[in-house]
Amino acid sequence: MDEGLKSELQKAGIFTTTLNDLYNWGRGNSLWPLQFGLACCAIEMIATSMSRYDLARFGAEVFRPSPRQADLMIVSGTVTKKMAPQVVRLFKQMPSPKYVIAMGACAISGGPFKQGYNVLKGIDRYIPVDVHLPGGPPRPEAVLQSLNYLQEKIRTQDIKSDPAFIEGRRQYPVPEFTGTDLEPPYNPDVWQPPANPNAPAEEEATA
Amino acid sequence: MTAAAPNYELIQQDDLETSLLEVSMGPHHPSTHGVFRMDVKLDGETVVDLKPVFGYLHRNHEKLAESMSYLASMPFTDRLDYFNSMTNNWAYALAAEQLIEIEIPERAEYLRVIMSELTRLVNHVSLVGFFVNDLGALGTPLLYAFREREKILDLFEQASGARMMCNYFRFGGLRCDVPEGWLDRTREVVDRFPKFLDEYEKLLCENEIILSRTQDVGNLSKELAISAGITGPMLRASGVNYDIRKVDNYGIYDRFKFRVPYSKGEVGDCYDRFMVRMLEMRESIEILKQALDGIESGPIMGNAGKVFKPAKAEAYGRVEAPKGELGFYLVADGTTQPYRYRVRPPSFINLTVLQDMCIGQQVADAVIILGSIDIVLGEVDR
Amino acid sequence: MSEAIPHDPVLQQFPEVEWEEEFGTLIVPTTKATEVAIWLRDDHAFRLDYCSNVTGIDYLNREFKEKVKNEEGKTETIIHKDPARMEVVYHLYSMEKRTGPLVMKQRTTREKPEAQSLTPVWRSCELQEREIYDLFGINFTGHPDQRRILMWDEFEGHPMRKDYVEPFDYEWEPTPHDEILEKHQKGKVIF
Repeated sequence: MDEGLKSELQKAGIFTTTLNDLYNWGRGNSLWPLQFGLACCAIEMIATSMSRYDLARFGAEVFRPSPRQADLMIVSGTVTKKMAPQVVRLFKQMPSPKYVIAMGACAISGGPFKQGYNVLKGIDRYIPVDVHLPGGPPRPEAVLQSLNYLQEKIRTQDIKSDPAFIEGRRQYPVPEFTGTDLEPPYNPDVWQPPANPNAPAEEEATA
Repeated sequence: MTAAAPNYELIQQDDLETSLLEVSMGPHHPSTHGVFRMDVKLDGETVVDLKPVFGYLHRNHEKLAESMSYLASMPFTDRLDYFNSMTNNWAYALAAEQLIEIEIPERAEYLRVIMSELTRLVNHVSLVGFFVNDLGALGTPLLYAFREREKILDLFEQASGARMMCNYFRFGGLRCDVPEGWLDRTREVVDRFPKFLDEYEKLLCENEIILSRTQDVGNLSKELAISAGITGPMLRASGVNYDIRKVDNYGIYDRFKFRVPYSKGEVGDCYDRFMVRMLEMRESIEILKQALDGIESGPIMGNAGKVFKPAKAEAYGRVEAPKGELGFYLVADGTTQPYRYRVRPPSFINLTVLQDMCIGQQVADAVIILGSIDIVLGEVDR
Repeated sequence: MSEAIPHDPVLQQFPEVEWEEEFGTLIVPTTKATEVAIWLRDDHAFRLDYCSNVTGIDYLNREFKEKVKNEEGKTETIIHKDPARMEVVYHLYSMEKRTGPLVMKQRTTREKPEAQSLTPVWRSCELQEREIYDLFGINFTGHPDQRRILMWDEFEGHPMRKDYVEPFDYEWEPTPHDEILEKHQKGKVIF
């Protein structure tokens, strides 16, 4: 709907909206996060929902223990290789449309523990991340801001064409343990290793 | 020896066929305080067998520390027990200071005690909140606890620049001095704390539900507690008067007058563990008051050299962390990196007896027993 | 600090036990470990009822170079040889007498690492010995429940060993390091 017409009508006391806007407004202001803590950042996540920072002001205070009732996953902390299959499984169990906030440097890339033999180098290898929230751990204010970013993102979504609403498009295979690593090491639908632009081209190397 | 599941005979009712139910609690479970997993065997509601499963937060702290310089692992120790970064720092500094000769200035020693006791308040107050949360009191006590916690975290932030991961200690002293007026603000927080504790105790200690849910649940005998290496409030709740602050007198703890609360040791149940922590907070306040009175101005960093390069030696330093004995074992080989770096995590070893305490209890009580042990997964799996 | 514990009575009781002066530890042969441990726990002079820390150390075959001034005032390089071995370290305390620590080591080979489990003596060894088995691959005879603890069951290898090689998963990162290094080489950025 035309914005100018909308404001003109509003001056006359007529409020108009689209189904899209109304739906997204409702969804954005009542996110239900999964009550799911991995490491240090979980404490800051809890602190955000507690007395001083009060996540409830932004409509996201209903932490659900069950993934079936949640639509926001805050990956709060280091994801180890042993834990990664469970995280993917929890993500798969959440009903669509679903959102992910990767909270903290560890969840984004492995953080300071990146060199560890049991540490996954970023959860975005397996599941699509909507908001990357840097910090180690991020302050509660930053958690609130990341939530605001996510709400903004939700508001601009189109319920007819956005892939988040269409089920069954992407597959999220749960990785399996092998002798040394996880199989597959990443989900190619979601993430590809960045190419090194400085690396010598293969033809040159062979020649 | 591991207490195996007793030879359990299922009750057969008429023609009904019954069987044991195996439940995997965790790694995603709201009561496990993180990513801990318990494989529980149940007969109806009764726990017949319980196997703890670890490793979901194994971040290779020890391996990483062996590949970096001594001081570089200081920020990593913050992330062991992420409620109590200050005591973790202290334990590591204590172990490293044994490797070289170093003098710690008076003011730094006092600030170390102040930070450590503030940390103890943070840990115990939130633990009690989480524990009551496990009992089913969603919200209120935890909200109270976090309100007080934030006040102390503000102090940490003013002193070190970070709320949780303080990274404040250095070998031979502290990273920086506290800002102006910090001691007065601390005194204000400390003076107000007993009033909050009164309120908290009034709310919780004689609460009928807490009494009936925690008394005679998860009993731990004195003998088993000593043999299993249980430390901290959990050991004292089983009736052993053993506090490393008193035994080792590390730092300047011998200058302060404080009492060590411990139970009579008849039962050692969840209520005892809860009460020991409540009483310990009072003693921490006493230490804090004495330390704030005694502190004088002066340097905060000793005569440590720029490069920490100890000779070939071994050292084991331990402190009374809020969860128990936190020890660091370092093997130096004459280079700037430790050859072996080992953390003795209290909450990991306190979990040894989880199985013994839970067998025969209700499954809902297993959650409380785990809550009363006070684990933090960053430390359990490292 | 609590008092150090005299070690001489242990050496008198068990002639097989050695005292390593350099680190101040008891070296107990793996065949005798349980016997010594029970004696240390129950003997009235010691009463080491609390085993605090149990850990493993992996020593590779190494050489140390040390520069020493000899009598003539010239510097000489002495090469110390450190043989390959594995050790299990126990830090023992007494809760009854409030003394400690006494450090005890079981020494074993790297090829076939095997030690006696002291879990029957001190229950606190149970999880820690499992951890050593997982990360160092030392076999504990007499351990009631020896499984992997931190890594998953299918995992191969023992990651805390010094010669453990991690799986290759190098990935280029789009951090500005390359650009900064380039600028630095041209003299534009000073670190």
